[in-house]
Amino acid sequence: MSTGVNNAEPRRILVTGASGMLGGAVAELLRGKGHHVRTFQRGASSQATDEIRGSLTDKDVVATAVQSMDAVIHLAAKVSFTGHWNEFVATNIDGTANLLAAAKSAGIKDFVFVSSPSVAHFGDSLTGASAGIANPNLARGNYARSKAAAELSALAEDSPEFRVAAIRPHVVWGPGDTQLVERVVDRAKSGRLPLLDSGVALIDTTYIDNAASAIVRGLERMDYAHGRALVVTNGEPRPVGELIAGICKAGGAPAPKLNVPGWLARGAGSVIEKVWLAAGSRNLVHDEPPMTRFLAEQLSTAHWFDQRETHEVLDWKPTVSIDAGLAKLAAHYGQL
Amino acid sequence: MTELFPGVDGIYSTYLEVPSTSKVDDPGTLHMWHLLDNEDELLARGIEPIGTLVCVHGNPTWSYLWRSLLNHVSANALPWRVVAVDQLDMGFSARTGKFRRLADRVNDLGDLIDSLGLSGKVTTVGHDWGGVISLGWATSHQDQLANVILTNTAIHPAGFELPAALKLASHPAVHGWGTKTTSAFLQVTHSLAQPALDPEVRKAFMAPYTSAAKREGVANFVADIPFAEDHPSRSTLNEIAQAVRTLTVPTLMLWGPKDPVFSDRYLRDLMGRLPHAQVHRFEGASHLVGEDKDIATPMFDWLSSNQNSTNSSRADSLVDYRPMLSELDSRTADHSVAVVDINPPRSLSWSELGQRVNALAAGLQEIGVKAGDRVNLLVPPGIELTTLIYACLRLGAVIVVADAGLGTKGLGRAIKGAGPSYLIGIDRALTGARLFNWPGTKISVETLPAAKRKLLGVEHSLSELFDVGNKLAPQASNFEPAEPDADAAVLFTSGSTGPAKGVVYTHRQLGAMRDTLRETYNLKAGSALVAGFAPFALLGPALGATSVTPDMDVTAPRTLTASALADAAVAVDATTVFASPAALANVLDTKNSLDATHRKTLANVSVMLSAGAPIPEPLLAKVQELVPNAQVHTPYGMTEALPVTDIDLAGIREAGQGNGVCVGTAVAGAKVAIAPIDSMGIAGDQPQYTPHVTGEILVRAPHVKDRYDRLWITEQVSISIPGWHRTGDVGHLDDDGRLWVEGRLGHVLSTAKGAMTPVAAEHAVESVSGAGRAALVGVGPAGTQAAVVVMETIPPARKAGPASNELSQKVRSAVAETGVDVAAVLIVSSLPTDIRHNSKIDRAALATWATATLAGGRVRKP
Repeated sequence: MSTGVNNAEPRRILVTGASGMLGGAVAELLRGKGHHVRTFQRGASSQATDEIRGSLTDKDVVATAVQSMDAVIHLAAKVSFTGHWNEFVATNIDGTANLLAAAKSAGIKDFVFVSSPSVAHFGDSLTGASAGIANPNLARGNYARSKAAAELSALAEDSPEFRVAAIRPHVVWGPGDTQLVERVVDRAKSGRLPLLDSGVALIDTTYIDNAASAIVRGLERMDYAHGRALVVTNGEPRPVGELIAGICKAGGAPAPKLNVPGWLARGAGSVIEKVWLAAGSRNLVHDEPPMTRFLAEQLSTAHWFDQRETHEVLDWKPTVSIDAGLAKLAAHYGQL
Repeated sequence: MTELFPGVDGIYSTYLEVPSTSKVDDPGTLHMWHLLDNEDELLARGIEPIGTLVCVHGNPTWSYLWRSLLNHVSANALPWRVVAVDQLDMGFSARTGKFRRLADRVNDLGDLIDSLGLSGKVTTVGHDWGGVISLGWATSHQDQLANVILTNTAIHPAGFELPAALKLASHPAVHGWGTKTTSAFLQVTHSLAQPALDPEVRKAFMAPYTSAAKREGVANFVADIPFAEDHPSRSTLNEIAQAVRTLTVPTLMLWGPKDPVFSDRYLRDLMGRLPHAQVHRFEGASHLVGEDKDIATPMFDWLSSNQNSTNSSRADSLVDYRPMLSELDSRTADHSVAVVDINPPRSLSWSELGQRVNALAAGLQEIGVKAGDRVNLLVPPGIELTTLIYACLRLGAVIVVADAGLGTKGLGRAIKGAGPSYLIGIDRALTGARLFNWPGTKISVETLPAAKRKLLGVEHSLSELFDVGNKLAPQASNFEPAEPDADAAVLFTSGSTGPAKGVVYTHRQLGAMRDTLRETYNLKAGSALVAGFAPFALLGPALGATSVTPDMDVTAPRTLTASALADAAVAVDATTVFASPAALANVLDTKNSLDATHRKTLANVSVMLSAGAPIPEPLLAKVQELVPNAQVHTPYGMTEALPVTDIDLAGIREAGQGNGVCVGTAVAGAKVAIAPIDSMGIAGDQPQYTPHVTGEILVRAPHVKDRYDRLWITEQVSISIPGWHRTGDVGHLDDDGRLWVEGRLGHVLSTAKGAMTPVAAEHAVESVSGAGRAALVGVGPAGTQAAVVVMETIPPARKAGPASNELSQKVRSAVAETGVDVAAVLIVSSLPTDIRHNSKIDRAALATWATATLAGGRVRKP
């Protein structure tokens, strides 16, 4: 086990998407290990010393970003439950292709593509599942489909000279998380958070610190990880209702009481998603819809993973348990 | 390599031109045969076969039926040539335009085998009418024959009716239409598969029979069934049926008992003709047994075990063999009480019991019951059952004891599986026998009115048998003593782990069971025991102990009340009480009904025994209050070995808490060892005694079962470590040689942290306030299972679902101390238990339920 320990020569590492919770955590961890980190994102990143601002769709900016770097950790992506397909293609597929091409021509050695287990989920429940092969045709929702295509194209570039590994953290949460935690807490506070099928589906999640350390290990263990896609979780599957109630409690919100059958939510999710998209295109709403078919599937079917390969390849184990993570979250919200 | 049909590689398909010597053909006729043959594959691999399997399909299938055999040999590179033939006019072999009768077909098979030019010997494998044809060749070529393997077939014995379904198929009004004009006969046959055939496989079975012309053979096959005495093939069939008795080669029969045509009765008939055959009945499988179950693995395992015979050693008896009846026979002049019934009240002295046993034995003998015959006893515990048991043992007849606790379906399966020649039952049992067509000549316990007797097909009553027997006034010396190593009894497992299994004991093994009980619990002449636990209750007269059956519904142990138990104790001034844990729980619940006499009598009890499932210390401590001067014992054992170990309350307290239930040390004459399990939960095959190593519990004792009944595969697994019985339970030994049971092998969780047994974690859950009983089950694939707690609460939850976060947290942290990370905690109103003991939690069912629940979707009841 070597997380948090600087066991390598300092390297020059580009981290894309560093303005997000996970990207920020990865950049901070790398810096803590004595590496030189350059960040690349659209807006300003809070911790930046060496930063490039811009879009992945801009090839010139991308070429500048990779210059004089040794390695890339690519987290930048359009992450949303809804949205039009061409937006996902531009950022997730074309943007990744731009970065891969630039990195290769700049002579970069190692490339970690941060992906999602949803690239290999096809809507069925997953119990102790292995990572599986990404499939853009079968993955559910535009985000997963575009990430699947991008992961395939990234892994296809893997060679002894340009090593590529895909790390797929599953449902990352923690203090400062706007994707899951804030939504859950906000909706619970306003009474808009239903539980599907009593919330019994068993799901894996990943506490932010563990996700960040696993991604960094992906780079450190590139000798073994390259060419592979590795799912990363806390290795503590929990009933989804219990997790959400735990997050609500930490965030000072009441636990959800409304119980909705999964089939109803999936059907309703499809409808709401379409209405929301239409409304969004006319600038009527800016938020994510309260329920999408993808989200309904995520919350009503089991998805937890076999972590044995990940632990072995990365020589890594999560260090923050779910309970410890919830305590940190509560501290963050001042609920302790 | 290309697949010709699903599961059949093209390289196996071959054609061979064979000169015919069959009477139906003109001299010089050649026929083109289609075969599936692995000869080329063996040659290519340089494997020299040690023998050839010639596999003969029935009607209306083809060699496709045997593809799993070819694939098994290929996958395991075994040295066996497999030739699966398509009979002429069938499959892809020639359509000869002749009506081929049984004699022709047997001869055809001989022509084919001659043309194969085999060097080694032949093992015949047959199914359906292919079984008969293969036996026809086998019986007339014994010099070339190595083994005989049969799957659902019939040799059509004289006196047996044709199966109704076949009669219908051969009826003139149905025959042509059902078999040739349409493909109805094919479709019906294929629909017999359990579970249903894959559509692609069904298509493959249909492939050679796509037109009426191609189905001519199917029709002729049915028309050639010799249902009438004057049928042209009848004499051939009779000859084969007789000749089968001359076969001495190793024989294996693999059977699907759900076959509506070739049912168990034909298996029994064949077993009578081939008494040396080894038999496995696949409970739940039907006519196409090779489609329903993996028959290839056991078949080739059996073939290889035939090549190098093994001899399994059994533990030596404690003492010299004493027949089960010796105690009874030594007390012909003893007028003290031997057996007592409470409801209705009745008792017999030793002298009377001995006389009645002999009279009944003589009566049974008069109606033809003889040594080796199986007699099914569907009679509740009490004097009548005791008399019947010892009368059968006297005759050397094999008692089949299946109790109603198995449920009607389980009971029916058990009885059909054991296939008794006689069925002796109370009114209700005979009604079931009639309704569900249970086998055996029917004998009623009660004397029934003529109409009812006729309705139930009853041929004799016990009172008639007693009358006949009493007139003969037999003495013990009138009967030939039973062979010590002949079968004496078939008992049944509880069925908590799948269908109940028949377990065969010899007279010597029953005697050893009696001796072990005597030694372990200090039972002797003068002891008086309350028999509230069925298997041991049968042993009272053999032990020389007075025994009393309390007033209770034996099918539901929880109906035993404290006063019923105490009444029974008072009736014999009991020294010893046998009961089951479920019964004891109810006894404790009703203990306020006890009066002063009851309490005084119970205070004289010196041994209290709770058998059937491990019993926790708190419950046992309460039992101790009931019988203050008794040693309270709880043995560990199973239908296959009763008992294995024993512990008393003091011993349990001394052992304290640990990983599992401490069940004490091996009983007199028994040895216990452990076969350690690996990280996937698989038990090895090296017995060892190292403390604190978890593995499968192994037993060696003179009172271990002789074998499983008609379950050859199960038997092979249970004796795969020579000299030991694999119990299927897991546990470990401690530093003092005590055995701790940690659950069933099938209940071991295979998590990413390694194999884990559930019992310690379950105890941890049960220690949480508000918790009832709990079960720890694994969800997900072996090697990375998630540990899930399914628990009852106090008070019980109204419906099943996830536990509250608070309870989940408490349970999780309690269980974490046993080294198990709990993923989810589910609440149920009541955990499912097996019917018989009402004490063994059905973890397999729970694991299935938890898997479905945690996959998402609506929460149903377990």
